[in-house]
Amino acid sequence: MKSLKIPLIKNGTVIDHISAGNAVKVIYILQVTQSLESVVSVAMNVKGILGKKDILKIENRELARREVDKIALIAPKATINIIRDYKVIKKHRVKLPDEIIGIAVCPNPTCISNYKEPVESRFIVIDKEIPRIKCYYCERELEEIADKIIS
Amino acid sequence: MNFKGKDIISIRDFSKTEINFILKYAKKMIPYAKGEKTTDILHGKVLSSLFFEPSTRTRLSFESAMNRLNGKIIGFADPTATSQKKGESLADTIRMAEAYSDIIVMRHHLEGAARLAAEFSNVPVINAGDGAGRHPTQCFLDLFTILLEKKKIDGQNVILLGDLKYGRTVHSLAYALALYGAELTFVSPKNLQMPKEIVSECKELGANIQSTSKLDKAIRNADVLYVTRIQKERFPDAEEYNQVVGTYQINNELLNNVNENLIIMHPLPRVTEISPEVDQTDFAVYFKQAFNGVPIRMALLSLLTGETL
Repeated sequence: MKSLKIPLIKNGTVIDHISAGNAVKVIYILQVTQSLESVVSVAMNVKGILGKKDILKIENRELARREVDKIALIAPKATINIIRDYKVIKKHRVKLPDEIIGIAVCPNPTCISNYKEPVESRFIVIDKEIPRIKCYYCERELEEIADKIIS
Repeated sequence: MNFKGKDIISIRDFSKTEINFILKYAKKMIPYAKGEKTTDILHGKVLSSLFFEPSTRTRLSFESAMNRLNGKIIGFADPTATSQKKGESLADTIRMAEAYSDIIVMRHHLEGAARLAAEFSNVPVINAGDGAGRHPTQCFLDLFTILLEKKKIDGQNVILLGDLKYGRTVHSLAYALALYGAELTFVSPKNLQMPKEIVSECKELGANIQSTSKLDKAIRNADVLYVTRIQKERFPDAEEYNQVVGTYQINNELLNNVNENLIIMHPLPRVTEISPEVDQTDFAVYFKQAFNGVPIRMALLSLLTGETL
């Protein structure tokens, strides 16, 4: 019998098709390790039909769509599977919200958001498919988004 | 159209219809800006004029505009004499200015500063320049000047010349001219070209764009020549500045073969890029352009406070 690299979960959320190497950043964006006591399993560089991918399993927590959609920033092809009693009862692909707040840093060294002001970083999503975002404050577009995630 | 309570942070926040409304209203302000008529529509109103970075024209024209409307001004032109020097956040300075006044004008060396200020203020904030970022009131007065001198903005053949990489006025102006369907020619040294994202944005708006480093050919069919200073203070590297300073100089010899209705604009201050002999020609409108800052800023102060003529 073929053994599973990470076990099936009875109840919770499985995030599949995360681009290989980005699972840790997804965990950071979702802040799952800080906000709940669930067991979180990570599989990285798993061979799939479309190449390598990462998978994240979060037990006993059904993540709401608005909580998860922001991961589309670094994992635009990720799918969210809600599991109940080992069965997938809901499945959808992530879709970026209109704004991203507090999870990336503006690359512009002379942007006010990088100084000691009582605001979180804020980005406007200008293209949800590619994806492309620009700083709400200085209007500069981010390149290499994954590198700009706050960690 | 109601602008009461609105902020002016970026020209991109305005539609063409809104811009047209503001320009039309600014025309009404011209006799008041010249002192030929008087008004007290802003009597009892206070403007906070917060200049965290040096300015001559913008600050003076805002102060002139507020005075012509019979309002009062508080503020500073030297940030070294403020609590910012003690480490106060911009957000706290703005909360204070909001409590003391009905409208805030600010210039700051950091990009996005005005957008942040607007978040912390319940009174309107006008961006008078944020670092290498935006300068929307300059853009309004540039469009106003083209409208007054050429009778229309649509379809003009406009050259933007000089430092197109770091110059904040040309980024906003290129966008706004693209909204009006102007023909744009970007002339600059190779290392000071218009940023790609601005070029793409203008193209998305349907503008015809050409880029070159040669002015003499491009100028022959131009209706508007918009000259900018190569700003030493914006260069991260002095060597890069030394390589390009003095690349272009507008003088009477260059103007021998141009369209007789050409106008030459410049946001000022100029250094060597326009020879003083050009000042005497009919092409030069840059001093009129500087004056046009007053009626435009009067119009904006009036519209944002909701106290109109």
